Amino acid sequence: MSSLTNEQLERYSRHIILQQVGGKGQEKILGSKVLVIGTGGLGAPAAMYLAAAGVGTIGLVDFDVVDLSNLQRQIIHQTADVGKPKVDSGRETIEAMNPDVDVHTYHEMVTSANIRDIIRDQDYDFIIDGTDNFPAKFLINDACVFEKKPFVHAGILRFSGQLMTYVPGKGPCYRCVFKTMPPKDAVPTCRQAGVLGVMGGVIGTLQATEALKYILGVGELLTGYLLTYDALTMKFRKVKIPRDPHCAICGEHPTITELIDYEQPACDLRKA
Amino acid sequence: MKLTVNGDPLEIEKPITVKELLVVAKAEQPEYVTVELNGEFVDHSGFETTTVKDGDVVEFLYFMGGGAR
Repeated sequence: MSSLTNEQLERYSRHIILQQVGGKGQEKILGSKVLVIGTGGLGAPAAMYLAAAGVGTIGLVDFDVVDLSNLQRQIIHQTADVGKPKVDSGRETIEAMNPDVDVHTYHEMVTSANIRDIIRDQDYDFIIDGTDNFPAKFLINDACVFEKKPFVHAGILRFSGQLMTYVPGKGPCYRCVFKTMPPKDAVPTCRQAGVLGVMGGVIGTLQATEALKYILGVGELLTGYLLTYDALTMKFRKVKIPRDPHCAICGEHPTITELIDYEQPACDLRKA
Repeated sequence: MKLTVNGDPLEIEKPITVKELLVVAKAEQPEYVTVELNGEFVDHSGFETTTVKDGDVVEFLYFMGGGAR
């Protein structure tokens, strides 16, 4: 017997009609818990599509407040939200979209001191890296390896984007591909180099797609692949990436045994 | 000799090192790029000693950090 209400049967009817989803799959989605770290260019569309899909528990992590310059791409926030914590603005949007979603907010910056507790808070099933800086990206990777949690990495810059999915024991982690932090300010950020607003929509929505596929157990994840997208040439490339047996965290003889707080680039300390 | 670099064909005259290829193929910020040669990662320490030859498939993987702000 399905536990879905009549209203849910109607709300999710386009899912339920899919052979790979059905009522059972929709129940899985409603029972799932996804943590979205960063509610900006990537996290905004990812969280909104997950909310619309009926992901029952969504965690939002962000220390920042909404800035006017965010609105060009961070579609979860509205003009009236400028100055408001992003997690509060995100919660309001999600709650207005779908009352089935239980939203948990963490108005803080992820650090070695809190990230594992945040992941454990609701025992999240899947994590979305929607952050904009490398200290956070390495921290999320390392925390997910330690906590044995799957996550999808993504980055966007100018007219390009990339993403890959880590599933414990199933393929490479972020550190297999990108060994260590680039030096401070060596690699430009969106704030320094710009980004076409829709890039977050394309790549963040792909992150949400990976989360839903993981929850449903359907299709092939980007595990062992880095997907790159160039909007100028409209080229998607799926590059096979191996696991590094010498990886410092998920390799055979790991040298990283605890979380590391790398220095934030100076330009990102503005509101920290 | 024909290479495939990031999915596109690249003609070179003779085998060259990965370090030289990064220049020839105009890699952005070669000091931070991850290089994959025929599906295996090449350590940065091996850029000067590893050569690419006819038929090799090379990928440059770049750091991309933007997202939230």
